[in-house]
Amino acid sequence: MAKIIVITSGKGGVGKTTTSASLAMGLAQKGKRTVVIDFDVGLRNLDLIMGCERRVVYDFVNVINNEANLSQALIRDKRCDLLYVLPASQTRDKDALTKEGVARVLEELSANYDFIICDSPAGIEHGATMAMYFADDAVVVTNPEVSSVRDSDRMLGILSSKSRRAEMNEEPIREFLLLTRYDPSRVQSGEMLSVDDVQEILALKLLGIIPESKAVLTASNSGTPVILDRESDAGQAYSDMVARYLGDEVPHRFLHTEKKGFLSRLFGG
Amino acid sequence: MGLLDYFRATQPIANAGSATVAKERLQILVAHDRAARGCPSYLPQLQTEILAVIRKYIDIDMNAVTVSYEQSDAHEVLELNIILPDGPTSSR
Ligand SMILES: Nc1ncnc2c1ncn2[C@@H]1O[C@H](COP(=O)(O)OP(=O)(O)OP(=O)(O)O)[C@@H](O)[C@H]1O
Ligand SMILES: [Mg+2]
Repeated sequence: MAKIIVITSGKGGVGKTTTSASLAMGLAQKGKRTVVIDFDVGLRNLDLIMGCERRVVYDFVNVINNEANLSQALIRDKRCDLLYVLPASQTRDKDALTKEGVARVLEELSANYDFIICDSPAGIEHGATMAMYFADDAVVVTNPEVSSVRDSDRMLGILSSKSRRAEMNEEPIREFLLLTRYDPSRVQSGEMLSVDDVQEILALKLLGIIPESKAVLTASNSGTPVILDRESDAGQAYSDMVARYLGDEVPHRFLHTEKKGFLSRLFGG
Repeated sequence: MGLLDYFRATQPIANAGSATVAKERLQILVAHDRAARGCPSYLPQLQTEILAVIRKYIDIDMNAVTVSYEQSDAHEVLELNIILPDGPTSSR
């Protein structure tokens, strides 16, 4: 039985797809059979971040509509044998995802994988609800900013009332916070909410802090999940996150501004 | 602090401390959202139906029935408030 993880946020553009790609790659590299599904029907871009856009033949909606079977639609990652991508359709709208259809696909995948990562679209409407409905675990991606934190809180309300686990009175979804686009220097100068500020409001288990990083754009330019850029701060922060998710105790990094050299201290960097 | 920062810091910085404002606003927003979230979704429907039943017997205003819901740790309170018209009730 696979564990189903939804990457969700409410607010758009906070880093869900970036996170889905890196978490999926990280788990696969740790030997876990992993599939990552793009639930952003109509605005698909997980395949771009994963670098497999030219290999898309069939998509998630084709499988739901029985126009293709799973083995035709799944794309095996070229860098890691254990990782597969199920792309979204570019032309359909989100209503193409039916609860029954999604349930059937997840069930079929469940037999052959350890982890199923669901990359949620933004918002709290149908597409986002479908992505979170069957989840066992949720990673709530949040930026240190008023509207993002507020939307995360609303999403937490939805996870605890509208999910399958909630409706069946089962044990609730495990919820984790991932703070992304964190800029320690702006936190230090009092311009940005700190981890503690956000935690005081959301009170979730902190899975990681991903710094604002140029490496994220560079990685997306080349279709490489940023976790593979081991030199970069964001890549390392994502590696830490994966280890933490799998139960390792890893101290949080990138919380403070780096110590500067004498000259840059003197002139401000 | 760098030498240049020292000179910069002598001017008031509007940005500094704005995170504190953000946090305060968030605390209020989130408390509000959470209070509204607890409400059962059947409330509006319940309100219309109760109104319809009462109107069979008493001639009351559309706004005369209010239903509110409150939740605390130990219990939930569903409060129903009906404002009867002044004077002798005109039974239908
Ligand atoms: N840690 C980071 N540092 C810098 N830029 C980032 C970081 N994380 C994400 N971004 C950038 O933010 C933008 C949005 O990221 P992403 O597509 O992952 O968000 P999303 O939540 O999936 O968006 P949507 O809601 O539209 O699906 C991208 O341009 C990405 O490069
Ligand atoms: Mg996305």
